[in-house]
Amino acid sequence: MRVAFHWLGRAGAIVRRVIGAPDYECYLAHMRARHPECVPLSKERFIMTQLQAKYERPGSRCC
Amino acid sequence: MSRVGSAIVWSIIAVAGAGALAWLALSHGETINAAWLLTAAVCSYLVAYRFYSKLIASKVFALDPNRVTPAERLNDGRDYVPTNRWIVFGHHFAAIAGPGPLVGPTLAAQFGFLPGAIWIIVGVVLGGAVQDFVILASSVRRNGKTLGQMAKEEIGPVAGYTALVAVLGIMIVLIAVLGLVVVNALRSSPWGTVTIGLTIPIAMFMGIYLRWIRPGRVLEASAIGLVLLAFALFAGRGVADNAGLAPMFTLSGVTLAIAVMVYGFAASVLPVWLLLAPRDYLSAFVKIGVVIALALGIAFVLPPLNMPALTRFTDGTGPVFAGKVFPFAFITIACGAISGFHALISSGTTPKLLERETDARMIGYGGMLVESLVAIMALIAACALTPGVYFAINAPASAIGTTAASAAVAVQHWGFTLNPAEMTQLAQQVGEKTLLSRTGGAPSLAVGMAHLFSRALGGSEAMALWYHFAIMFEALFILTTLDAGTRVGRFMLQDLGKHVWEPLGRVSWYPAVLITSAVFVAMWGHFLYQGVIDPLGGINSLWPLFGISNQLLAAVALCVGTTVIIKMGRARYAPVTLLPLAWLVIVTMSAGWAKIFSPDPKLGFLSHAAIVRAAAAAGTLPPGVKTVSDASRMAFNDYLDAAVAAFFMISVVVILADSVREWAAVLRGRKPATSTEAPFQARVAVAGD
Repeated sequence: MRVAFHWLGRAGAIVRRVIGAPDYECYLAHMRARHPECVPLSKERFIMTQLQAKYERPGSRCC
Repeated sequence: MSRVGSAIVWSIIAVAGAGALAWLALSHGETINAAWLLTAAVCSYLVAYRFYSKLIASKVFALDPNRVTPAERLNDGRDYVPTNRWIVFGHHFAAIAGPGPLVGPTLAAQFGFLPGAIWIIVGVVLGGAVQDFVILASSVRRNGKTLGQMAKEEIGPVAGYTALVAVLGIMIVLIAVLGLVVVNALRSSPWGTVTIGLTIPIAMFMGIYLRWIRPGRVLEASAIGLVLLAFALFAGRGVADNAGLAPMFTLSGVTLAIAVMVYGFAASVLPVWLLLAPRDYLSAFVKIGVVIALALGIAFVLPPLNMPALTRFTDGTGPVFAGKVFPFAFITIACGAISGFHALISSGTTPKLLERETDARMIGYGGMLVESLVAIMALIAACALTPGVYFAINAPASAIGTTAASAAVAVQHWGFTLNPAEMTQLAQQVGEKTLLSRTGGAPSLAVGMAHLFSRALGGSEAMALWYHFAIMFEALFILTTLDAGTRVGRFMLQDLGKHVWEPLGRVSWYPAVLITSAVFVAMWGHFLYQGVIDPLGGINSLWPLFGISNQLLAAVALCVGTTVIIKMGRARYAPVTLLPLAWLVIVTMSAGWAKIFSPDPKLGFLSHAAIVRAAAAAGTLPPGVKTVSDASRMAFNDYLDAAVAAFFMISVVVILADSVREWAAVLRGRKPATSTEAPFQARVAVAGD
């Protein structure tokens, strides 16, 4: 059961990245590993800034 | 696999592809099965991927798996994130695939299946996939720079600014024509209108769910959204069947056009989490799901192609849009063969995600091949209809009248057969009052897909549901491009506007946001409105403009690609990008010229304006025009369309001239071939980072 949940979680993470949803866990992992001295953005703040930036420039969606 | 084994396998694939292509091209008269077209396409893609894309990867760019990519060098956990190449592939494909490869081939089917099929296959292998790959590789080597930045730095400021303004022009035409496709699909269709209308509150519910109820649970919210979409499909049927409610949602083209404009404006000014982002998630799921379903449906049914290889309309007298097979087949099908818009994606998010620069081959070249396959499938779905039905759906009322009987007469006159009773029955089967003159491509593709899907699943009982399912997803794709495009256009206008009046550039100052959004919506809204009221159907003038603008952007991308290749010191491989560039310049110039100056009023904007004005002056208004002021507005719109076409043509010339000047300077040694690539850095160096 736990194995199934683990793989379901992995599959979910893949799907989330394919559809282009902001990946807070990835950001948090990066901040902890590379910039442990910095305070990372909160989840809400991170998602908001990522989404805002995504729809400001051409190149997120096509014809 | 041993070398001999590999050689044998690839020879078989190559022979099968060439054989299928030859069979398609040479078999005139008898009905041919879609399997031949699929075989020709897939075998060509495989051979091109294995050999041609490898040549570009190894000889032109010398892509190196040991070279650090921007995702690794600039990893910030946000935009620059090294990502598995299959995930990037999916992400890239979801970003490049839209309504374009579905609509273009459907419209171009008026020439028969052969011109579209050959252009899609040859165009993608030598043009579209090359463009996407070259721009992606160039951007990866330059820390993920955008097409505009590369045009400015590689070619020069003139090309850079022209590209910038051209992108804005392209967005206006693109959004207008896509809006027109949606309006034509929903016009007097209560079922479609209710279903599509409901997708907006569904998206907003998802947005609120993601913001306050279960923050960040994207998959959960999407699952709920997809269930609600299915519900919306049935709710639409309920409304259409209800004699009291149906008239309330039976809307005219003009009302729908205004609704689309209000929606675009709302998407531009509302917070992205509320509307844009959740719609985008839904759209991505539906997109990938539908592409897989379409592939399975075609593979399972393998329909015969009822459309002949070539129709008489190659001579330019076609009712769907005016113009001869050259150059208009190549303008009508942009996405699926070569689409300049992809260069914006290939230099947008994608280059910041690559783990290895060698992945660019699979994602750039391979991703475009898959999009091209989608275009082939759309062509199959359209050509599986009988020609009579196809033309009755896609020809404007000015060509076929407004009844099934008049349509049958017109279709017979063109040499095809249409049984009026069959046409009426088909409309009933798909749950619509009429299917006549539903121009824009979406309805005929939906009928084609409903045929395919209902044969595979559910039988003719399910035709209506499948039809409206197809309309729903096409509209979902389109509105996702329309809303995101309007918002991006607003930001571009703000960026330009700040040079006029500084506060206009403040992106979070509401007056500036509202003004620029309204201005941008008015810009595309004008073209949309004129398309909706155009007696010739609107698609006839707007789709070629969109095609020309998209190919213009592709020309910019290929100019950038050629410059990059020359500056890398690999000028002898410049034909890789020069060949498709030369073709696109020929195509856009001749199509633009014909659209402006052709003496045929159905084709040329100026001659159309002249006859409208002459008719108004003589007091005999042209058919479909009610008042003199309508006629003068029509003439004004013709001049405007001509000016837009001229603007795109001039942009092509400017960028090409600027590029040629730069190439000559580098090749003659007057200018050092300085590379703007980020310096080589070996991967091992960051291993312990």
